[in-house]
Amino acid sequence: MDLFQKLKILADAAKYDASCASSGAPKRAARAGGLGSTTGAGICHAYTPDGRCVSLLKILLTNYCLFDCAYCINRRSSNVPRARFSVDDVVTLTVEFYKRNYIEGLFLSSGIIRSADYTMEQLMLVAKKLRRDHGFAGYIHLKTIPEASPWLIEQAGLWADRMSINLELPTDASLKRLAPEKDSATISAAMGQMHERIAEAREERRRFSPAGQSTQVIVGADATTDADILSASAGLYDRFKLSRVYYSAFSPIDHASALLPPSAPPLAREHRLYQADWLLRHYEFSIDEIVTTADDGMLSLDVDPKLDWALKNRGKFPVCVNTGPREMLLRVPGLGKKAVDKIISARRHTRLRAADVQRLTRAFNRAASFLVTADHHPARKLDEANLRARMTKPQQLALL
Amino acid sequence: MQIESISLKEGADQEGFRNAVRCLIAGDVAPERVLWQTASSLSLFDAAPVRSDVAVSLPRDVADLISKVVCHTDNARYALLYALVWRVTHGERHLLEVHSDPLVFRLALMAKEVRRDIHKMHAFLRFRQVPAEDDRYMAWFEPTHFILEAVAGFFVDRFPSFSWSILTPIGSVHWDKTAVRFGPPGQREDVPATDAFEAGWGDYYASTFNPARINVGLMRQHMPKKYWHNMPETNLIPELVRSAGSRVETIMAKPVASSRKRMPKKALEARLDAGPRTLAELNGIISASEPFVQGGTRAVLGEGPMHPELAFVGEQPGDQEDIDGRPFVGPAGQLLDRAMQEAGIDRSKCYVTNAVKHFKFQQRGKRRLHQTPTMGEVKHYRWWLEKELEFVQPKLIVAMGATAVMALAGKALPITRNRGPAEFDGHAGYITVHPSYLLRIPDAGAKHQAYAAFVDDLKHAEKLAHTFRAA
Repeated sequence: MDLFQKLKILADAAKYDASCASSGAPKRAARAGGLGSTTGAGICHAYTPDGRCVSLLKILLTNYCLFDCAYCINRRSSNVPRARFSVDDVVTLTVEFYKRNYIEGLFLSSGIIRSADYTMEQLMLVAKKLRRDHGFAGYIHLKTIPEASPWLIEQAGLWADRMSINLELPTDASLKRLAPEKDSATISAAMGQMHERIAEAREERRRFSPAGQSTQVIVGADATTDADILSASAGLYDRFKLSRVYYSAFSPIDHASALLPPSAPPLAREHRLYQADWLLRHYEFSIDEIVTTADDGMLSLDVDPKLDWALKNRGKFPVCVNTGPREMLLRVPGLGKKAVDKIISARRHTRLRAADVQRLTRAFNRAASFLVTADHHPARKLDEANLRARMTKPQQLALL
Repeated sequence: MQIESISLKEGADQEGFRNAVRCLIAGDVAPERVLWQTASSLSLFDAAPVRSDVAVSLPRDVADLISKVVCHTDNARYALLYALVWRVTHGERHLLEVHSDPLVFRLALMAKEVRRDIHKMHAFLRFRQVPAEDDRYMAWFEPTHFILEAVAGFFVDRFPSFSWSILTPIGSVHWDKTAVRFGPPGQREDVPATDAFEAGWGDYYASTFNPARINVGLMRQHMPKKYWHNMPETNLIPELVRSAGSRVETIMAKPVASSRKRMPKKALEARLDAGPRTLAELNGIISASEPFVQGGTRAVLGEGPMHPELAFVGEQPGDQEDIDGRPFVGPAGQLLDRAMQEAGIDRSKCYVTNAVKHFKFQQRGKRRLHQTPTMGEVKHYRWWLEKELEFVQPKLIVAMGATAVMALAGKALPITRNRGPAEFDGHAGYITVHPSYLLRIPDAGAKHQAYAAFVDDLKHAEKLAHTFRAA
């Protein structure tokens, strides 16, 4: 099989991993004779017709796998065509693609072959070879095999910018049913180990997985509610200081398992989970506030979680744009974090009117019902019974 | 009202604008009296631009904004920027903080458009290898704004080790592995028509697309169509979009097939079979691994018989150990030998190793200066040390010095207060000082005393180990 044929199989096999970020690595540039740089923020080099970005060369080393996870196209019982890259294959593709400015770097994962240690060592060797033999300074994200020996994970962290272990299913029961070879205690232990090493290295200003660790949760393959998923995320952010939790709508796969027949991916739900996750990390919402907003444990699909919270807590509004505290401005639907920062900065010099706020956010119409300006007051609008209905417009899905 | 006419070069004339601002502010010329013009080449008969050495001091954020907006194609850019400079220098020094001000808003929007154009050029430019030339690459790109100078640094940082040229309709930039040169506009035809990796890149692009998530609007929002014709992979978009629906239908309609695979029972049992199984295997792993500390040219492994009464754990190999590849052969090792002899311990019957397997040092001229390993570094080595001692199975583990204690106890413990018998994770241990500490004591009397105490510790540890064996 030639290199590009393998690439087709092993890119197809890797595409259900939602992570694409190439951010969070310290700024650096290649030394003489080397290749690559990182800018701090990531770069998306292309977008596929699903609207997702292509930033890293996201491939598996091999899609042969001993595990039998029902949701995975590469599980051992699947009839999918199989292929395997050599370490040099991956190095060549990464370097040549990078030189042509197609990618920011490599995101390498693998099916489990032979043993967890063998697989992890192969992944580590790819990264080592790129850094050592090619002076590669681009981004490297390595999937971590939680069952592998600790020393392998620690070696990998010397070469990778980010490491990740996918939780995939947030409850023990689902893991047992759908991913019988996985074990939540092993996953937690490995995340804990990485968290400790990453924190120590940061404190001691050494390089060890500088962009932290992330994970992914599959949405819609089991009965777990949004509240349970987000509580799990909040726990991971809290305990292991994860950089990101990715949510991946369970997508129909070829060669599906009888345990999980194909169905349309719950894309709207996935979108709402990302929005709620964002509120947790950037908008000072507590997990309790999000969970109580979600009726029956599910985020509403008709409005975004921030608007939902505002509609269910109307007594806390309106907020005055000229005097309101930052944490309340952050809760106003239609005001993003950047808009709030601009408001705080501008109001030190001037009293803001509606026309001024209109220049600071593109969603002023949404914000207007919750906001007081020098020349605008929503008055009774906030109490109108049909406020929710008026705000429920089919919205474009445009996050990430 | 007298009108001042300013002529600037076409494109992003940072230098010209800066100079004009200096002259105008020095002459107290209000914005409404200035007429800004750009010309592709200034006529020979134009008066040479007046130079002004009067620097205009502007807040940092204003200078940053100017450097971006100057790249914009809007002809009003210089007039708008000068209006900003005028207000900032006439009582509104913090004007940029008033994001709601119409002028600030408009300029911020222009700067954003320029930044986006720069970002998209970083992202969407594609190099092609020049045939028959191994390390020369070329690209054609059509930026919206005058950003050639602004992007060059990014590509130099990223691709320093091969030469490349980027051609655009507004100019070109060339890198010859040592210096950047800006040149005249180029043409698409000057760039090679294809590249050996383009087909593979297309394969990747098509394979990483998930037809069940099709969302063409979102793709076009991030990757506007104006960029497509210079990106080879976008040729595939129409077919990917057309076939997406039927591909998903096929998957959904497919009956669940039974697996053609047999249950790999033996392989599954073997999957958790993780090495190392012997000390030799462990040592092989350590030797092949990357040091977790700066310096270390080689791994210095433990030495001695299996199942000894005593295992000695030190901090890390030093200069001499790194050269010889054996533990405790330098000055501290010689002192340890002497102390062992006096305590009646035969070193050849003991196991001797270090918590950290590599020499951490800083190069100062010809000297390699010892560096104490940090807590985090020691922890990286802990798993190996634990395995090693599991294989060796000593009766008693002697931790010499703070680093060894940290590695064996998992936390920092002061030596003076914990000196003597100890327990490391259920295993009998003994805590004492590191012999190199004895070497560093300046006062001869104190040194002698400390050495005697060390010998006493060794005797004590030996006796303790002996009672374990008897028991």
